Amino acid sequence: MLLIYCPYCEETRDEDEFSYQGEAHITRPLEPENLSDTEWGDYLFFRTNPRGLHHEMWQHTVGCRKYFNMTRHTVSYEILETYRIGEQATVAPASADSATAEGAC
Amino acid sequence: MDKYSAFGLAKHAAGYHENWQQAWRSPNPKQHYDVLVIGGGGHGLATAYYLARNHGIRNVAVLEKGYLGGGNTGRNTTIIRSNYLWDEAAHLYNLALNLWEGLSQELNFNVMFSQRGVLNLGHSLQDMRDIQRRVNANRLNGIDGVVLNTDEVNAKVPLLDCSTNARYPILGASWQPRGGTARHDAVAWGYARAADALGVDLIQQTEVTGIRKSSGKVLGVETAEGFIAADKVACVVAGHSSVLAAMAGLRLPLESHPLQALVSEPLKPCLDTVVMSNAVHGYISQSDKGDLVIGAGIDRYNGYGQRGSFNVIEHTLQAICELFPSFSRVRMNRQWAGIVDTCPDACPIISKTDIEGLYFNCGWGTGGFKATPGSGFVFADTVANDAPHPLAAPFTIDRFYSGALIDEHGAAGVAH
Amino acid sequence: MQINRLPVGGRIERDKPVYFSFDGRTMLGYQGDTLASALLANGVRIVGRSFKYGRPRGIVAAGAEEPNAIVQLGQGASSVPNLRATQVEIYSGLQAYSVSGWPSVNVDLMAVTDWFARFMPPGFYYKTFMWPKRFWMSYEHLIRKAAGLGWAPDGKDPDVYDKMNQHCDVLVVGAGPAGIQAARSASRAGARVILADEQAEMGGSLLATTTELNGAPAYQWLEHALAELRSNERVTLLPRSTVFGYYDHNFLGIIERRSDHLGLTNATGARQRLHRVRAKQVVLASGAIERPIVFANNDVPGVMLASALGTYLNRYGVVPGKRLVLFTCNDGAYQTAVDWHKAGQQVVCIVDSRKDASGDAVAAATSLGIDVIKGHALIEAVGRARVKAVKIAPINADATAVIGGLRNIPCDVVASSGGWSPVVHLSSHSGAKPVWSEQVLGFVPGASAAVLSTGSSKGVFDLRACLQDGVQIGLEAVQAAGIAVDGIDLPACPDLVEPVAQVQQALFLAPHKKPTSRAPKQFVDYQLDVTAASIELAAREGYRSVEHTKRYTAMGFGTDQGKLGNINGLAILANALGQSIAETGTTVFRPSYTPSTYGAIAGRDVGELLDPVRCTAVHRWHEEHGAEWENVGQWKRPWYFPQPGEAMQDAVNRECLAVRNSVGILDASTLGKIDIQGPDAAEFITRVYTNSYLKLPPGKCRYGVMLHEDGMIFDDGVTACLGENHYLMFTTTGGAAGVLSWLELWQQTEWPELQVYFTSVTDHWSTATVTGPNARRVLEKLCTDIDFSRQAFEFMDWREGTVAGLKARVFRISFTGELSYEVNVPAHYGRYMWEQLIAAGEEFGITPYGTEAMHVLRAEKGFIIVGQDTDGSMTPQDMNMDWVVGKNKAFSFLGKRSLARSDTARANRKQLVGLKTHYPNTVIPEGSQIVNNPNEPIPMLMQGHVTSSYFSAALGHSIALAVVKGGLQRLGETVYCPQADGEMIKADIVSSVFYDPEGDRHNV
Repeated sequence: MLLIYCPYCEETRDEDEFSYQGEAHITRPLEPENLSDTEWGDYLFFRTNPRGLHHEMWQHTVGCRKYFNMTRHTVSYEILETYRIGEQATVAPASADSATAEGAC
Repeated sequence: MDKYSAFGLAKHAAGYHENWQQAWRSPNPKQHYDVLVIGGGGHGLATAYYLARNHGIRNVAVLEKGYLGGGNTGRNTTIIRSNYLWDEAAHLYNLALNLWEGLSQELNFNVMFSQRGVLNLGHSLQDMRDIQRRVNANRLNGIDGVVLNTDEVNAKVPLLDCSTNARYPILGASWQPRGGTARHDAVAWGYARAADALGVDLIQQTEVTGIRKSSGKVLGVETAEGFIAADKVACVVAGHSSVLAAMAGLRLPLESHPLQALVSEPLKPCLDTVVMSNAVHGYISQSDKGDLVIGAGIDRYNGYGQRGSFNVIEHTLQAICELFPSFSRVRMNRQWAGIVDTCPDACPIISKTDIEGLYFNCGWGTGGFKATPGSGFVFADTVANDAPHPLAAPFTIDRFYSGALIDEHGAAGVAH
Repeated sequence: MQINRLPVGGRIERDKPVYFSFDGRTMLGYQGDTLASALLANGVRIVGRSFKYGRPRGIVAAGAEEPNAIVQLGQGASSVPNLRATQVEIYSGLQAYSVSGWPSVNVDLMAVTDWFARFMPPGFYYKTFMWPKRFWMSYEHLIRKAAGLGWAPDGKDPDVYDKMNQHCDVLVVGAGPAGIQAARSASRAGARVILADEQAEMGGSLLATTTELNGAPAYQWLEHALAELRSNERVTLLPRSTVFGYYDHNFLGIIERRSDHLGLTNATGARQRLHRVRAKQVVLASGAIERPIVFANNDVPGVMLASALGTYLNRYGVVPGKRLVLFTCNDGAYQTAVDWHKAGQQVVCIVDSRKDASGDAVAAATSLGIDVIKGHALIEAVGRARVKAVKIAPINADATAVIGGLRNIPCDVVASSGGWSPVVHLSSHSGAKPVWSEQVLGFVPGASAAVLSTGSSKGVFDLRACLQDGVQIGLEAVQAAGIAVDGIDLPACPDLVEPVAQVQQALFLAPHKKPTSRAPKQFVDYQLDVTAASIELAAREGYRSVEHTKRYTAMGFGTDQGKLGNINGLAILANALGQSIAETGTTVFRPSYTPSTYGAIAGRDVGELLDPVRCTAVHRWHEEHGAEWENVGQWKRPWYFPQPGEAMQDAVNRECLAVRNSVGILDASTLGKIDIQGPDAAEFITRVYTNSYLKLPPGKCRYGVMLHEDGMIFDDGVTACLGENHYLMFTTTGGAAGVLSWLELWQQTEWPELQVYFTSVTDHWSTATVTGPNARRVLEKLCTDIDFSRQAFEFMDWREGTVAGLKARVFRISFTGELSYEVNVPAHYGRYMWEQLIAAGEEFGITPYGTEAMHVLRAEKGFIIVGQDTDGSMTPQDMNMDWVVGKNKAFSFLGKRSLARSDTARANRKQLVGLKTHYPNTVIPEGSQIVNNPNEPIPMLMQGHVTSSYFSAALGHSIALAVVKGGLQRLGETVYCPQADGEMIKADIVSSVFYDPEGDRHNV
């Protein structure tokens, strides 16, 4: 059960209040008509899905309803930061395989 | 291979079971294989077995970073059915179901395939329309199935609350008699033993750390113990598919999520079929040992932790107590999670890649166990021939570019 | 007769007798007894039968690790299966039943001989039952009958359960000496503390110790310490509360048993309560579990853990036997023999595996005249229903081989101790991998930044050390929770005298004269009949990973989750593989620590509270008028309004005809409504809908279709321009929440430069659809400030005015194809307006209709319902709605690019058409598949399916909507719908618009 700091409400709340919205920082192409089917398909469906640090988007669904971003480790589930839309992450994945914190398995 | 039989058992009993052979060898890896299968779960082991049996390719190794069958194969709720909506999926899963029916004999290992039937409950008029549509499609595809009304459902499962004043009353169900459950570990072990007997090397505790390629062709894999060369590399690693793909510089249309499950303490037989509900969101069967085996929906966030959030367990048990009010006093003995690789259309990817000799079989999401024999069968064929098996052809990566998705969310909406 | 009860001693209340029954036999115990202690007091030896071999089994332990004494309490709907007798407090009238053995535990006809048992090595079922092929289901039937413990209750749970969300600075798990000290020091620093313990009484090992604290019995110190905690309002004490799981971000689940010690059910409140705890810091003081030593026939009733025997003796005044043989490899267990002796019972001997055992403990025993036989092992117990003797033999120095002749020693109770295993379950849940300690001879909690462990749960076994460590860890916990600890008065450690413990020996499996494979059964996991030979066989067959061994033998899969046997099993496996226990590793610990009641985890969110019911403001009126209901999302909507004696089809026909011929009224309040404002509102709406809203003037409405980025329809509805920069968007009933999130997503993440704001107003408005040729006349009766004339108030216009004296918005939009007005008033006036409309329409026979008639009426017009005629794979073109897709929009609206993908733009996709059956009264069942050739063999090539199908009373024949491959090019062709009963329904592909194709009727 994650404990999430909403960067808009500036409060730490239970995961139950939020909904997950997938990988963050996927920008909609400005001119979709100029893209090939392959390029468009990449935008639509293909994801990094890293085992390690992940920049992802959440919505404070039953709170302020704001979307925001989070840097979270997908193995330890540790949340390193949350930040508002338009802001940059301050923690970046170290390498392709940054999974160091092995969780219970 | 020491043939398993009642007679053999008696013979070994006389010898105090001191002379049983190993079920499989523990070889050191060779320097080169024709095919390296990465992932020693049911799908990977089945792939290796069918490569050897159907295609005569026996210079094959299965690389497993942990122990055989230790991933989703050993963590799932073992439901088997083939009542999928779309033709493409239905034919693939039905190939699997046909193979399940002879699997114990084929592998000489009792996988305890129990054809106790699967009920998919409907709780709304639209659920029932969808059930009718799916069962009709199944029937015309040669897949068994009927639509049951509430009374017929209740007769099959007396402990189910079929009252009309339930929050979401049960309006009926689809019923696939040939569906059921199997013993998950036995599937992995049975394929492992049979593949080993055909010469396949099963290499456990060996994690792949890199995929070596040159000018668009795969050369082999890096492991902690060194490089292993291979003409072809077949990746069957479920939740870790994106990680392997990244080693080859690829991205896949996948997200890995925790999928939780739980079992009760053992009870005397009280549930003779598999019961699944999308709308009230839970599914349940009773194992031969007597445990109620219960599955949940996926945790919504990406996760490789093999554990999920407790609220999913809470919601799932709310559903189970709603469907089976008498199970409210039963107790949860153990809960766990696997990592499932979910695809946007809830269908798998069985595909070549842009890198010659590199293949992926992934994206089975919450429903891979039931497909194990079929998945291995068509993937082995795809790898052996470097061309999709006809039943695998609709499941290439290309569909995410063309838009020819096979949207099985309706049939696969609840994890299973 | 409590034949095994001592005349004095123990913490039971002898002045409070409690009558209970076991397998129908009434017995007497005392308040404070567990079911196990009371059964032992009454001389009950056999409490169960083993599941595979049918061997008699007795009580082994005194706590959560008990594998054998599994009972069912009560009968019927309030029954509880699979409780451990060691954890059940007895109460007057308690009825317990054994769950294994048929016809009873004392006579088990299924008990198999050892000869036959040889045919059931681990995994035998993988190797047999394969022929004949079809017989597995019959074999399985027999196996299922033999397996299983208790019975599921047979009716609805009569109890309720509730939940509390708890927040604290420090959660201390376990109220033994270390946990109590940790709670004391944390609370003295001012921390909010929760101290939870699974037992009724807090104190842990202090409740059964004979060690004195401060020169007095330990319970006096204990009462003093608990009183201090009780008096601190920042401390919450939770007895009878099991911390069953430790989840991410310091979330822990605790189940508190509030009434189980009083009776089966709780008439006045929650039977159990789930505490959902968020702790700033967790201290695990969960204790340790004694390991038995594995020897031949070690499952014979009367063979128990040394500490359990001590607990029954000291805490309950129960001595389950007269002549004790104690088998140990450590000093700690000697105390049990000393206590046994002091209680006036006979200690036949202590068998100590250590050749050189000496020191305080040995001296204490020998000074009492107890025979200590060193360098020996108890290799086999004798007896079946109860232990009658043991065989002991001298062993070599590392306790791996018998090196001399056997001695037979008569006795009637055997205690064994192989040392203690720290309870590392919760720390393991939290992600810290347990580490094997050669010093502790057990797994200890792995390093973790987040979790603190104290006392025996981290391998500290001396009482003094536990008491001191608890204080220190409590202090560390409050500091970690961010609380200052300067100058706090730390709790003192009581004085005590403890023998100095000598080094214990690593002994898990006592050697036998015969090899393990041939020796009598040496049980590792009692509940699942896993023996040492099973584990060696698993290793021999290549199941070398500890997880493989566990799964192949089923070791640890019982309700005790291997608490008693797993470490022994690991040691036996390690030995078989010739590697260390550390190399072998342990299986993973997972919640629940002990089994947790489903109902408690579900809480109140079952039954009518499973999911909130949403009702419109007119709900009560519908109820009063006999509505049948349809669940649509969380909403209750009237499905149809049957009149007395009327069948559903009759009612629906009547309702439909009323709309077509005069006027009907529908409660449309459930439609989602989103108020959209801002200077960029029109631009925004144009980006998310397929068509344009840039030129939609105030007073006008437009229908739109919303696509996901993959080009597939996911919602539709009408949007009205209410004024400059102000719009009202209607969504589908089920899609409202998703659409709002969708709009917010794009505005906040991609187009923050667009100034536009969204507010859900679904619940603010009550909507009545008045529809039919007489709709205008009804409205005109109630409203004078709107000109309803065709010219003044056109189709797809909306007007503000006063209806029945209420300020209202009236939309002239139509989902029936008739002249139609949707009247919106603030929700509180909903019923009033409804009744006024009904009254005004009375002269025209205004007829309320439900969702079924609504579906028929719209299907007659070929209007789609998203989610019924579409399924997430349908584009606007597929729905024959290319007209709704803007071709010249500047912005590439959501989903547009996907429509041009090769497969999505393909001809011959499934397309929406109508189907007209050859027999007018035949209504094709919805969900029917469509084929071209009725004589085709299976598998048939399916062309599509029927999405909506009804009998149209207005047209006098059935109608159906369907999606058919290339259907728009196939109008006039005949297709077939094969039914389950073999019938082939023949139908022609026709236009999807059946009624009033020119649209004359709404345009009046």
